[in-house]
Amino acid sequence: MLRDEDRIFTNLYGYQDFGLEAARKRGDWDNTASFLANGRDWIIEQVKESGLRGRGGAGFSTGMKWSFMPKNVTDKPVYLVINADEGEPGTCKDRDILRHDPHKLIEGCLIAGFAIGARACYIYIRGEFYNEGSNVQRAIDEAYAAGLIGKNACGTGYTYDVYIHRGAGAYICGEETALIESIEGKKGQPRNKPPFPAQAGLYSCPTTVNNVESIAVVPTILRRGASWFAGLGRPKNSGTKLFCISGHVNNPCNVEEEMGIPLKELIEKHAGGVRGGWDNLLGIIPGGSSVPVLPKSICDTVLMDFDSLREVQSGLGTAAVIVMDKSTDIVKAIARLSQFYAHESCGQCTPCREGTGWMSRVMQRMVTGNARMEEIDMLLQVTKQVEGHTICALGDAAAWPIQGLFRHFRPEVERRIQTYRNSAPLAAE
Amino acid sequence: MSAPASDHGHAEPTSFTFTPENLELAKRIIAKYPQGKQASACMPLLDVAQRQNGGWLPRVAMDAVADLLGMPRIRVYEVATFYTMYNKNPVGRHHIQVCTTTPCWLRGSDDIVHTCKKKLGIEVGETTADGQFTLGEVECSGACVNAPVVQIGDDYYEDVAPEHMERILDALARGETPKPGSQIGRQSSEPVGGPTTLKAFTAAQADATTAQADD
Repeated sequence: MLRDEDRIFTNLYGYQDFGLEAARKRGDWDNTASFLANGRDWIIEQVKESGLRGRGGAGFSTGMKWSFMPKNVTDKPVYLVINADEGEPGTCKDRDILRHDPHKLIEGCLIAGFAIGARACYIYIRGEFYNEGSNVQRAIDEAYAAGLIGKNACGTGYTYDVYIHRGAGAYICGEETALIESIEGKKGQPRNKPPFPAQAGLYSCPTTVNNVESIAVVPTILRRGASWFAGLGRPKNSGTKLFCISGHVNNPCNVEEEMGIPLKELIEKHAGGVRGGWDNLLGIIPGGSSVPVLPKSICDTVLMDFDSLREVQSGLGTAAVIVMDKSTDIVKAIARLSQFYAHESCGQCTPCREGTGWMSRVMQRMVTGNARMEEIDMLLQVTKQVEGHTICALGDAAAWPIQGLFRHFRPEVERRIQTYRNSAPLAAE
Repeated sequence: MSAPASDHGHAEPTSFTFTPENLELAKRIIAKYPQGKQASACMPLLDVAQRQNGGWLPRVAMDAVADLLGMPRIRVYEVATFYTMYNKNPVGRHHIQVCTTTPCWLRGSDDIVHTCKKKLGIEVGETTADGQFTLGEVECSGACVNAPVVQIGDDYYEDVAPEHMERILDALARGETPKPGSQIGRQSSEPVGGPTTLKAFTAAQADATTAQADD
């Protein structure tokens, strides 16, 4: 188990105040100027060496992402945008950073913004997080008043502004280019890429979009050293991670743990175990609603990191662990996710707009078994026609849970179809 | 002259004017964005307008935002109809929004919806005759380790069991504001019964001088 002294988010649960004075006592804003004095390249190099991979779901190297930003831009502004549009079902980790440890985020915003040459940062917070956003705004106001951001930030001579932009209820705005569109005052519909945000992002200016957790861990990485962070977890899967454990566990919770912790250990140590015991486990969605469900046999041994979960055809995603015990109607659980994606499709690409609704309707019939056997393969074929054929990854995210269901629980759906046909032979043609 | 009725049958107001305070607030919001990019203020101004108008956005309020920002009205309608938090029809004084996505569903959100329906005598999407309550279902509220979650106004009610839901609705009906957050006494997202980590930091809660973060 991760030692407390290696935990970054020491006020995760909000037992202490989120304000500046308490944050300073926890070590935030301690000599931030010295990191900036080391220069942009040093910061990017440190973050690369730490092995930090984006905490928003995709898991791309954060330092690498920063290095894609054009250097020596003089003719237009450069922006850092923070993705705090947390809405992936199962995920509620950024909420705790926003409301309980906002100074870690704001300090990270200054350091990351400096590293990419930005003079302004917009934090995009989902509209429903009204109180969380208010805490962040209070922390921003404190940081301005203390000279930590704004003109001559931390006494470095660097001018840096941080603003909040609140969303208004749209899961799709968690996609980085939809998020940028939303800040520009438009519908949140993802952009075609290229150009990527690093070339033309917010207001057509070079932009990096990072997840809250990715940015909030950066100050601690610089303070304790890239090798400290890289030494936790496994190679290419380093550091600590906030996990959200929801569903059928005795004590649902958020917790910061070492990357690569065994899934079973994570649940038993922190969440009080599966309701009714480990043997009562049916399956787990290990990384937020978009990643495929895993049956108990895989959950017994799998490690919680990017590469381990990819090896078992799932993913770490946002590290939101949704636990389902044997009382769960697994088909209904996945069908409810299909309904979610149908609701949240922005409607821009035909395969997603039409496909998510169609998949949701067929999944509803699979719940009761009111379907023909051959419709299973037809449904899977449609998931393949949606996956990879849309501007953004929402189409993929809608396809994967269904594929995961049939990969591991196909006999259950077949049984329902058979039972339905046996009980209603006339209705089934 | 009677106000034109919308397709939902409610009376659409014929005019909307920002209060002087909200006009000041609008100026501060617009100043957060670069010169010439005032369209970025569209979303926050729609929120200001909605709050001023008792929780919903008539078309005249969208027009007021468009005119203030120099945007074509259709662009503002597009935004107002794209995002679910803008209410295009009147809502009750208390907007009860029950999350029913899978993590909340696994923890019993069906029972919460049922409790609300029974108690309020309305279906999802309806408003009580006295205009006090509107019941809605929403997609993932993002507080899944405190499921089931119910958003009422700006606040989250967490770890909600049917009996809590009944008490909350009763309190609202009496004009009280029930305490938001966990209904079973959790601080926030720590495990029931207390944290498994950071116990030294938890002990620091004894420092009663620190204000709570969640108030």
